[in-house]
This record gives sequence, C-alpha cells and structure tokens, in this order.
Amino acid sequence: MFRSAIVRSLRASAPRAAMKTAAPIQIRSSPIAVQMAPRMVSQSIRFYSAPAGLSKDEIEGRIVNLLKNFDKVSDPSKITGVSHFSNDLGLDSLDTVEVVMAIEEEFSIEIPDKEADQIHSIEKAVEYIKAQPDAH
Amino acid sequence: MRRVVVTGLGAVTPLGVGVRRTWKRLLEGHCGIVNVVSRDERFREIPAQIAAVVPKGKKEDGGWTVSEWMNRGDERVMAKFAQFAMAAAEEALSDARWKPTTPEEQHATGVCLGSGIGNFDEIYDTVVAYEQGGYKKVSPLFVPKLLINLGAGHISMRYGFMGPNHAATTACTTGAHSIGDAARFIACGDADVMVAGGGESCIHPLAIGGFARARSLATDFNDDPEHASRPFDADRKGFVVGEGAAMLVLEELDHARGRGVPIYAELKGYGCSADSHHITAPKENGEGAYMAMKKALKQAQVQPAAVDYINAHATSTIVGDAAENAAIKTLLLGSEGKNRAIDVNVSSTKGAVGHLLGGAGAVEALFTVMAIRDDMMPPTINLTRLADGFDCNYAPNEAQPRNIDIALTNSFGFGGTNSSLCFARFKD
Repeated sequence: MFRSAIVRSLRASAPRAAMKTAAPIQIRSSPIAVQMAPRMVSQSIRFYSAPAGLSKDEIEGRIVNLLKNFDKVSDPSKITGVSHFSNDLGLDSLDTVEVVMAIEEEFSIEIPDKEADQIHSIEKAVEYIKAQPDAH
Repeated sequence: MRRVVVTGLGAVTPLGVGVRRTWKRLLEGHCGIVNVVSRDERFREIPAQIAAVVPKGKKEDGGWTVSEWMNRGDERVMAKFAQFAMAAAEEALSDARWKPTTPEEQHATGVCLGSGIGNFDEIYDTVVAYEQGGYKKVSPLFVPKLLINLGAGHISMRYGFMGPNHAATTACTTGAHSIGDAARFIACGDADVMVAGGGESCIHPLAIGGFARARSLATDFNDDPEHASRPFDADRKGFVVGEGAAMLVLEELDHARGRGVPIYAELKGYGCSADSHHITAPKENGEGAYMAMKKALKQAQVQPAAVDYINAHATSTIVGDAAENAAIKTLLLGSEGKNRAIDVNVSSTKGAVGHLLGGAGAVEALFTVMAIRDDMMPPTINLTRLADGFDCNYAPNEAQPRNIDIALTNSFGFGGTNSSLCFARFKD
C-alpha cells in the first residue's frame, strides 16, 4: 500500500523519473567492473544533476507529498515542513520505519538503521537528505 | 462446570457477507466456487484453477468491500483472514448486543480466533522483495501482518476486550478448536463472554499449487467450478479451497439470561482426538473421528441415538469422506444408537462453500447452530450418485426440514487432529 503511495508521489513529479535510472550500479563480480562503475556514475551525475544538489524546498515538497499519500496520516492538513511524525501526525514507531523506507526509495539512497532511527520529523528528514550527495 | 450458550453469529463466506444471506443461499442450494484464473495468470499452470471466494460488492448486496468494515490504517496492518474475521466479529457482537464499556465487562470478554495458513500473500511478497532487495526491503509490518494471533489481537483492540486472547492453528480443525477452547475458558471461569471462530484467505497460486501437489484438490472441474466440490458423491475428486470467516459469541448461561438476549443454542460438548497415523490421510476406519465425536457426546451426556443431525467435515476427498462416513455409522448405529442408517442425518456444506481450511470449523459450527434454530438440515449439493456403504440420509441437493434438537459438527485437519462440537437446543 505504501508502495503505491510511492508510485503516486513519483507520478506527481514525473520530470525526475529520468534521473532515477542513474542510481549507481554496484557490480562486484570482477575487478574491472568495479573500476568502471564509478566512472560511469560520475558521468551520469555530471550530466543529469545540478551541481548544487537538491534544494531544501524541493526535498521538503517531495517528502510532504509522500506523507500526504500515506494512509496512516489521518489529517493531511497537519503536514508541514516541521511536522513531527508521532506528535503531529500520530504515526507509531512502525509507521516511522515505513516512512523512512519510502524516503529512501524517493531519493534513491540507503539510510542505515541507526541513522534512520534519528529521523523523527520532516525537518530532520530534509536535513538528512540535504547532506547526502547521492540523493536525487 | 458453567454452561455455555451461543448468543451471536457473524459470517463472511463465499455465499456472501452476513449470516442471513449466507444461510439463505446455502438452503437454496447455491455454490460459491468460481474459476480464479482471472485473479492471477499463474493459476493457468496449476491443475486446480478454482476456489470458493468471498464475492466482491457492497455490504447491502451481500458483497465484500473492506472500506465498509475498517479504515485504511487498519486495513493495511491486517491480514485478509483477520479482515474477514473482524467483519464477522462485528456482526456477531451486534447480533449478541455485546459492546461492553465498563472495565469489569471488558476484562471478562475474550477472543479466540485462529487461521490454518495465515497471511500467505504477505510471506510470499516479502520473500520476493527480500530476494530482490535484501534487508532494506523488509517492511516493519511484516511480522505483525504475519503472526496468526494478531487477528485476535486486532479484535481485542477494537472492542477493548481484555479477557483471554488466543489463537489455535490446527489446520482444518482450527475453527472448531477455537470455539471449543473458548467454551472451556467460559466453563472454567476465565471469561464470561468469548467471541470465537476462524478465518482463512490464501487464494494464492503457490498455496493452491501446494495443495494440488499433495493431490488433495479437485482438478477436473476448471470449466465447471460449481460441480467441483461434491462431498459423499461417488464421483468426488478432492476438495476446493475456500476463503472467509465465521465468529460466534459464546456466553455463560446466567450472564446471557441476565442480559435477556435470545439464545441460539447451547454448546454442550467438545471432543478432541488425534489419528496418530499419517501427515495428510485419515485412518480408513475413521477411528480418530469416531473418538472425537464420542468424547463430545460423552461430555454432553447425550446418547448416539439422540443425535438429530451431523454437519460433516466431508471435504469431497475419496479417502476422507469414506473414513468419516464409516466413523459416523460406527457411532450412530452402534450400541445406544439408531436402528437404521437412513435415520442418520448427515450433510456436508462444503459443496456450497468449499473448504475454508482454518475457517471451516467455525463456519460449519455456525451452520449447525442455524440448523437447530430453524429445524432445517442444509443440503449436500452435487450429490447425485452414492457408492456402496453410503446409506445415511445426506440431504442430497435440497434442504430437509427435520426436528433438530441435538447436532454434531466435525472438523479434521492435516497432521491427524480431530474435533467435534455438540450443540443442543437450549432448554432450562
């Protein structure tokens, strides 16, 4: 269900779809491939991404959009740039894990569990994504 | 021991959503079995492409629309068997007029809800996601959606029930064990009211494929699904998997009297046994089934001759139906039994609703209670030819009015686990 929410939020911001394909492909089967992979990635980043990375507004907009499609948020009007997942949006600890999973998919990054556990609000999530050079 | 009576009924079955609709259609001889290839193309390679599915549609038309029973938040954390059971519990509790609000009443109310297979779709989807994406793709809801006892947990959370919260999972005997165990909780004083039953929903190509591999299913009826499940018929070929749930409100007699609610029937006996024989097949002489029925009658203090109706487990398999038939005849035509086989009233409702696995015992307990209430024996549909040895009255294809004061309902599961419940018309 949340997966479909992700799809919906992706559809809402279609122009980025092309960039999704540029996620670093880690090929570990041979040393040559390992050497090749980073070069291809850096080329693609240079080609598609703005040098300054994502703006705070864009990140926030995409996270808000994603939460609006999350069924467990009973009152979408409460979703703002500073919403706390549990205090403001009524999400429990399991919901928060799902939200962070969706954020990972949205920005094509992986967030280690320990760091994910620190993300309790939209503000924290935006801050985290802003600091990730790979997020796009 | 405290006496236990039935004061509420709820059902979501392949014949429709709601007890009244299901019972009416059952008596009219309808069948809920359909071809399911349109649900998933992968059924095409499986020899059994049919199942008894809960019809989609509006509640007022007897159909299933999940949003009419719960909000999106509850829906996404609940297995489908638990969703069906939640709807059945709501119907049963409304029927029994039991929505307690005081702490004392809530403490004295519990839930027994089991499932045979559980949330098969969730296991499958998560395995696929894990295989493709590893740990990061595992949902935090995986375990809570997977665990079978969460169905009982969800019902307790919705209604504030803080009494015993239990989940039997004994394959196709699950529903009967849930009801029997719940009655024991009441009889022993652990609770005054229990909402009890079973649910199942595993119409997935892999689950059906597994039963097909075990050679348990009817495979010659993909183009003629309504005739696939034919209990006791000479041309029976195997069972048809079904989905749905049924819940009963069981209540301590004086508690029910004190509230002045109508009593459907009394649950007088609960017998359990094991075959100790084979992983999937019953003993040919039906010894395990015989013992379960005998124990239920002993507890109920009823002679075999007094049994007016048996809702058989009979799933439409060659071996299973024959073993149960043999057991029933041994018990009801034995000492203190009836004189003639034709006076033994037995029917199987699985021709109409298929085999609900973990839900079967609960749905059939509900049918047995309704049979007592209406003095009506539900039909065994698709029964056109009887083989030698099948000489009881099976109510072939048409419901039969009968005086039904005492009835048994049987359930037998893989692993050789058997249970029989004895219901009786309530008398002071």
